[in-house]
Amino acid sequence: MPAALDASRRSFLVGSAAAAGGLALGISIPFASEALAQSAPEINAWVMVRPDETVVVRIGRVEMGQGTLTGLAQLVAEELECDWSKVTTEYPTPGQNVARSRVWGNFQTAGSRGVRDSHDYMRKGGAAARQMLIQAAANGWGVPAGECTVVKGVITHSPSGRTTTYGKVAEAASKLEAPKDVQLKDPKDWTIAGKPVKRLDTAEKLNGSQIYSIDVKRPGMLNAAIKACPVFGGKLKSFDAAQVQGMPGVKKVVAVGDNAVAVVADTWWRAKTALDALPIEWDGGPNAALSSESIDQMLKEGLAAEQAFVGNQAGDIKAAIAGAAKKVEADYGFPYQHHATMEPMNATALWTNDRCEVWTATQNAEAALATAVAASGLTIDKCDVYRQNLGGGFGRRATSHDYVRQAVLIAKEMPGTPVKLIWSREEDMLHGHYHPITQARIVGALDADGNLTGLRMRISGQSILAGVNPQGLQNGRDPATFQGLNPSGTEGVLGYTIPNLLIDHAMRNPPIPPGFWRGVNNNQNALYLECFMDELAHAASKDPLEFRRKLLVNHPKHLAVLNAVAEKASWGTPAPQGVYRGLAQHMGYGSYVAACAEVSVGDNGVLKIHRIVAATDCGHAVNPQQIAAQIEGSFVYGLTALLYGEITLRDGKVEQENFDSYQMMRMDEMPEVESIVMPSGDFWGGVGEPTIFVAAPAVLNAIFAATGKRIRSGPLTKADLRRA
Amino acid sequence: MVNLTINGTVHRVDAEPDTPLLWVIREQVGLTGTKYGCGVAQCGACTVHVDGVATRSCSLPISAVTSEHKIVTIEGLSPDTSHPLQKAWLELDVPQCGYCQTGQIMAAAALLQANPNPSDEDIVAEMTNICRCGTYNRIKAAIKLAASENRG
Repeated sequence: MPAALDASRRSFLVGSAAAAGGLALGISIPFASEALAQSAPEINAWVMVRPDETVVVRIGRVEMGQGTLTGLAQLVAEELECDWSKVTTEYPTPGQNVARSRVWGNFQTAGSRGVRDSHDYMRKGGAAARQMLIQAAANGWGVPAGECTVVKGVITHSPSGRTTTYGKVAEAASKLEAPKDVQLKDPKDWTIAGKPVKRLDTAEKLNGSQIYSIDVKRPGMLNAAIKACPVFGGKLKSFDAAQVQGMPGVKKVVAVGDNAVAVVADTWWRAKTALDALPIEWDGGPNAALSSESIDQMLKEGLAAEQAFVGNQAGDIKAAIAGAAKKVEADYGFPYQHHATMEPMNATALWTNDRCEVWTATQNAEAALATAVAASGLTIDKCDVYRQNLGGGFGRRATSHDYVRQAVLIAKEMPGTPVKLIWSREEDMLHGHYHPITQARIVGALDADGNLTGLRMRISGQSILAGVNPQGLQNGRDPATFQGLNPSGTEGVLGYTIPNLLIDHAMRNPPIPPGFWRGVNNNQNALYLECFMDELAHAASKDPLEFRRKLLVNHPKHLAVLNAVAEKASWGTPAPQGVYRGLAQHMGYGSYVAACAEVSVGDNGVLKIHRIVAATDCGHAVNPQQIAAQIEGSFVYGLTALLYGEITLRDGKVEQENFDSYQMMRMDEMPEVESIVMPSGDFWGGVGEPTIFVAAPAVLNAIFAATGKRIRSGPLTKADLRRA
Repeated sequence: MVNLTINGTVHRVDAEPDTPLLWVIREQVGLTGTKYGCGVAQCGACTVHVDGVATRSCSLPISAVTSEHKIVTIEGLSPDTSHPLQKAWLELDVPQCGYCQTGQIMAAAALLQANPNPSDEDIVAEMTNICRCGTYNRIKAAIKLAASENRG
C-alpha cells in the first residue's frame, strides 16, 4: 500500500495509510535543503564510488532479515558492472528523500515489495551510473565512449589498451548529465544478480557488533518504560508519581497522550522497575467488556448476513448449489495473531524546540517521519528519522509507528535530552496490531461425476484497511480481504476455474487494532480454500492432486508449482510408514506457491511434521539461496501460527502477555524444508511472504490424511488429533 | 556496587541487587550484543555463559553472581569472529534479521563445549532459543558444520 504522493517538487504527502491512526499530513518543504553527507562522489542517487573503489549502493527499502538489501545491491551491481566484493550499502533518511523529491522512491517495505517494486528504477540507476563512469573515462582520454568497456569496475579503452577504474573517474562522472535512456541487461546474462551470493550483512550479526534500534546510544541519553491502557480504546485516568519519584535512577514520570504513562530513568531497567511500582488507574472505556466470545458471535452473525461485499463472482451460484448432486459445507476460522518480533517496539527521540530526531526500526521510514512530525509539533524540515536495523518486522513496523509517537511525546517532556523508549515484551504483546480475525462459511456443489460446479465462500470478519487506512476502502469494500481469491490482476488470482462462484465478505470490525502480518489475508484465504478443496476432493472420491489439476487447467503457473511439489514429494507413491501427505497451492504478492507436507500423528495425538516440499515461481530469482531462506522461514512463521498462534481477549484486554502464554515453534518442531525455486521469467513476484500461505493448509490436509479429522481453525493446541 | 567478571575484565557496576544480569551487561557495561527478548527466560536472546554454562541472563539477578563467576558474552566468544560456530554461521548465511543469533550462537557454543559431536537429537534438545525469522534448519546445519570442523 504505497503512501499517497504528490509528485510536485515542493510538496510531500504521506497518507494515513503510511502514517496510521488517521493522520494525514500535507507538508511543503524546501526542495533540496539537505543532501546526504558526501563520503564519496555521487554518480546518481543510487551509486557513489569512493576513491578506494568502494561502491556504495543507496537502498530505499529496508532490510529486516528478508535479504532485500543484498538483492537490491546485486541488481544495481549487475548493471553497474562493478566488483561485487567492493559493494557496500547505505540508507538515505526519509528527510533526505523528501528533500530530494523522493528520488529513492517509496520506503515502504511490506507486501513482499522490496525487490519486485524496486528492481526497475534501481537497475536503471546502476546502468545510468555505468554509462556516466565510462563516459567520464572516455572524456578523460578524448575517445568515444563506445570504444570503452568495463569489467568489475575497470574501464578499458580497447583500441589503445589504456585502463582506469571507477574510483579514479567517479569525481568527473558525478558532474556529467545523467543519460536519458539506459538499456537493461537481459536477465539471462546476469552474473551477480540471479546468483546465490552471500548476504552483505552477516558478519556483524555474529559478534554482537550489529546495532539494532534497541541498542542505540546517544550522548546523555535517558531511558523510558511505558504502559498504555491495556484495554483497547481505554484511557489513562490517574497515576501517583510521588510513589516512585525517589526510586533509583528515576528522572520523571510523564503522561503520554491520553492513554499511557511512562517513567524516564537513567537505565531502562530502573525505569521499568519504577513503572511496575507506579500506582496507575485506567478508564477501560467502551470496550471493557469485550471478549473473544463476543467477537466470535459478531463474526458468526456475519456468516449468514444478507449484506456483503463481493470479491469474485461467476455464473449462478444459487442454481448450482440447488442443483448439486452432492453438497459439501463447512465453517472455518482464523484467530488473531501477534507479530512478536524478537526485538520489542522501541525508538529513541531527541526533541528541542527547533529539531526532532528519531532513531528507530521501521519498515517505512517516511511513515515514521510523518508520525514524528505530527507528535513533535514541528515542521517536517525540522525532523528526521534515522533508520536502525530491525529485530524483525513481519508487518508490525510497517503501518503503525505508535512507538515513535510515544517516544517523541516523551522526549518533548525532556527537551535536549535523547530518550530511548523500549516496550517490555508484555507491552509489545498487549499493544500489537494483530493479524485480523475472520471466519468463513463455504459451500461446494458437486455433480454426479464429482466435478465442482459451484463454490460459495462467505468471509466474515475484520478488515485491515478499515483499521489502518479507511480511505483505501472502495465504497466500504476492502479489496485486500480477497487476496488470492481475485478473478484477475497480477497480485493474487484464484487459480481454480469454477463455473458458478460467489466469494463475498461481511465486514465485521471488532475494536482491536488490525495490522499487516506476514502473508496478511492470504493466510486465512489459502487455509479456507485449500482445506476445503481437500474436503471436496474427498467428497468426490478423487485424489486431491488430480481434483486440483483439473480445476487449474486455465492457470498454468498455478498448476506448475503444484506439479513441482507433487513430483518432488513423490505424490501418488507410498509415503514412509505412518507418514501422510497434504497439498496446497495459492497465489499472492505476484508469486505462485505450493507445498506438500508430510506428517505423522501418534496414537497419543502428537503431531510430527517431517518434511515440507515447497515451490515458488517468483518470476525472477535475484538470489536463489536467500529465496530458499525465506521459504524456510515462512514455514516457521506460518506453522507457529497454526500450532500455537491465538490472541484471545477478556475484559477488553489481550490475555497473552509473553512467550510463556504465546508459544513459538522451536527447533525441535521444525520440519525439513526442501525448496524449489522455479522462476518462469516474465514477471516479478514477491518472496518474503508467499510461501507462508500454503504452510498451514498443506499441514492440515496431511493431518486429515493421517487421522480422518478436519481441523478447520488453529491453533492445533486446542485440537484433539487422535484418530477418530 | 558489585564486581562482575565479563569477558575477562572486572567491571564495577552500580546496580540494584535484583537487576537482571542482562540489563547490567547492556546498560552499565555497555555490551549490547546480548539481547532483550522476553525477560522471562523463554526466548534465549539474552544467552551468555556463566562459568561455561549457557544462561538466560534476563532472569538471573546480579545478586546471584560474584566476581568469581566468569561471564562471557557474544563479544567475548572470540576476539575476531573466529569461533568455529561464527565461521559456520557465516559460511551458511544463517542469520536473517539476526536479533536472536547472538543468543543462538552462545547456546550452541555451550552445547559444543559439553558435547563436541552432537547428534540431531542432542542439538534440538539443547537449542530451545526462539527465532521468528525461522533460521532453525540453518542453525542446526551450522552447528553440525562447526562440530565437523572441530573434528578436523
